[in-house]
Amino acid sequence: MILPALALATLAQAQDWPQFRGPGGRGISAEAELPVEWGKDKGLRWTADLPGRGLSSPIVAGGRVFVTACTGPSQERLHVLAFDAKTGAELWRRTFAATGSTQCNNKTSMAAPTPAADARAVFALFATGDLAALGHDGDLLWYRSLVGDYPTIGNNVGMAASPVLAGDALLVAMENVGDSFVAGIDARTGTNLWKRERLQKINWCTPFVARNDGRTEALFQSPNEITAFDPATGSRLWSFSGGFATIPSPVAGDGLVLATGGTLTALRPGREQAEKAWAEKALGTATPSPTLHEGRLYVVNSAGVVICADASTGEERWRARSKGPHSASPVIAAGRIYVLSDAGETTVIKLGDEPETLAVNVLEGPMMASPAVSGGALFLRSDKRLYCIGR
Amino acid sequence: MRNGAILLAAFLGLAAGDDELGRALARIRAVEREGAGNGEATGAWKTVVARGPEAMLPALAAFDGAGPRAANWLRAAVDAIGEKALAAKRPLDAKGLEAFVADRGHDGAARRLAYDWLLRLDPSAPDRLLPGMLDDPGRELRRDAVARAVEAAQKRLKDGDKAAAADAFRKIFACAREPDQVNAIAKTLKDLGFGVDLRAHYGFIDRWLLVASFDNVGMKGFDVAYAPEKELDPKAPPAGKDGQPARIVEHTTADPHGVVDLNVVLGKEKGSIAYALASVESPSGGPVELRVATNNAVKVFLNGELGFFRNEYHHGMKMDQYVLRGALRKGRNDVLLKICQNEQKEDWAQKWSFQARLCDGLGGAIPFKVVTEPAPK
Repeated sequence: MILPALALATLAQAQDWPQFRGPGGRGISAEAELPVEWGKDKGLRWTADLPGRGLSSPIVAGGRVFVTACTGPSQERLHVLAFDAKTGAELWRRTFAATGSTQCNNKTSMAAPTPAADARAVFALFATGDLAALGHDGDLLWYRSLVGDYPTIGNNVGMAASPVLAGDALLVAMENVGDSFVAGIDARTGTNLWKRERLQKINWCTPFVARNDGRTEALFQSPNEITAFDPATGSRLWSFSGGFATIPSPVAGDGLVLATGGTLTALRPGREQAEKAWAEKALGTATPSPTLHEGRLYVVNSAGVVICADASTGEERWRARSKGPHSASPVIAAGRIYVLSDAGETTVIKLGDEPETLAVNVLEGPMMASPAVSGGALFLRSDKRLYCIGR
Repeated sequence: MRNGAILLAAFLGLAAGDDELGRALARIRAVEREGAGNGEATGAWKTVVARGPEAMLPALAAFDGAGPRAANWLRAAVDAIGEKALAAKRPLDAKGLEAFVADRGHDGAARRLAYDWLLRLDPSAPDRLLPGMLDDPGRELRRDAVARAVEAAQKRLKDGDKAAAADAFRKIFACAREPDQVNAIAKTLKDLGFGVDLRAHYGFIDRWLLVASFDNVGMKGFDVAYAPEKELDPKAPPAGKDGQPARIVEHTTADPHGVVDLNVVLGKEKGSIAYALASVESPSGGPVELRVATNNAVKVFLNGELGFFRNEYHHGMKMDQYVLRGALRKGRNDVLLKICQNEQKEDWAQKWSFQARLCDGLGGAIPFKVVTEPAPK
């Protein structure tokens, strides 16, 4: 049986949203009360100005919201900011100078990867390969210049894979046309636990941490394969060759690994290999990651269609509309799916045997970061502002 | 470590006997690749920050000679010291910060960080400092000085004093190094009737010997060292693609930014490689940045040594995209670029072009003369 590795942590820290797509990395929150309607002048608990651009999602840990942003004529200043989750007061800000290239596609920015946090630290990676571990109080615990370490790292369109934690291993995917690798970095010291070469192709997929047959697996999705590594040692556990998208992350649960691309492929992993359970072209997506909840799979495709399917078979259950395009991955909480568009419109759909669109809420975009959920509130960020939506 | 710390303490101007702060800063400066030294630096960072405002200037001074990795540790320490002091209403040394900013011997990024903190204490500081920083050796401070001077010149223009504005813009142009600022000032000067030589200002190489084409079908040529990478005799064209003799074409670009469009000069080709060779004469030799931009996969050689490579196609071309830091010899130097075109068919994947310039670390042209030999008749 495959389970999200952080499921237990989810129960223990129900308020936190500590990484890309939250606890477990599936975009699921256990929050029972969340707002349905909001707007520029309605339903906002607080807003805070941000110093610059960013596609990284806010995360919430220990009552603090952590966000990254970048400023400067070439996006060469990299910021990590901490806000009080209740009041929105800025608590501290640390700035780093980019040590890697800042060239990227206009749509993205150097603050693209979402930080990750545990009880001790927040880990902020930037598209420049600058990686910092900061205490919740802003103390610098360690810092790495990954481009300083591996100078041929290269990518003219921008890096974006977010780091995620698996115990004391911070999983980092730096897949590019130069020194292309995935690594487990010791979260306590910043030194390498392991580093493995990867295909020299640009890839933005954030790794996913899963439990499979009594062990923790780090799943990395690349254009040519899904690979499971032991997060502590980097040992290759199994892989599955195929064609996969280079932006959305895989998701695992109910004994399956679901990886999207032109076709969504469901894998049934064993200890040494994985076999295809089913594949469905209609569920393929290019950017938002799929979400798995109570046996159902939810995807948002390039046409702005939200599709619900049976996770065990891929059989479609229903469709709903959400005006796109969408870069953010959806989140599910309180029996609803929240689908955020690049323009800042969030479509709130009640889940069930049939979808029911409850509201379409508009804030100033662009918004390409996936929402965070914590403490009865949704956290959204644009290039200019951080929003806490809730009572 | 102890001797090093004492030396560093003297270098940082720490009070005699302040070994603790000197040792802590030395530990931070000792961080190395792959996290080596992180453990020691973590404790040292806390020590530095715990010392409060008295450690701010020594931490800024510790930027001098530190690499980018250590500088980011120090930057976070300076910000933490400043932030905590303001929160606790403890005074920061504004005069010391201003003196640090004014001292051009210090690291440019550290001076800019000191300037940022000075601004929080004294918003009038730019009025005193920036007018004298148009020729500052620090990139960011010079950028701010240029921006401020441009603002003043634009006001003159708006007030109708065209001659004074033009004079001011010409002076600012000579000092400007950031491409967005340089290009904007050049446009204003052009509108005012004054032409400027952007190629010379930036130090673009404008005359090349192009040798083409070589096989890159399947993008396999990137790793093949064709004849120009070994030795090129301009009088004897090497064998090129499909066994045909390669063409050797002399080309002088008239593009203001030194762009050579190979699709125009050589004709559109796919799955092909062109080499671009330029010989330049340096009057004195010395450090140089060879800055290259291209939409195509590229290898950059300086005096026969491979200095940079990037096997990436059609993800944009931006001035100063790739920077090779090296040194020019006094006299003749050879710059060789390998510009690879793949076989993508999309409209956006057809460009086959490059630009290259020789400049200092700030982006200012260094003296050199193109002495590329003419192509054989």
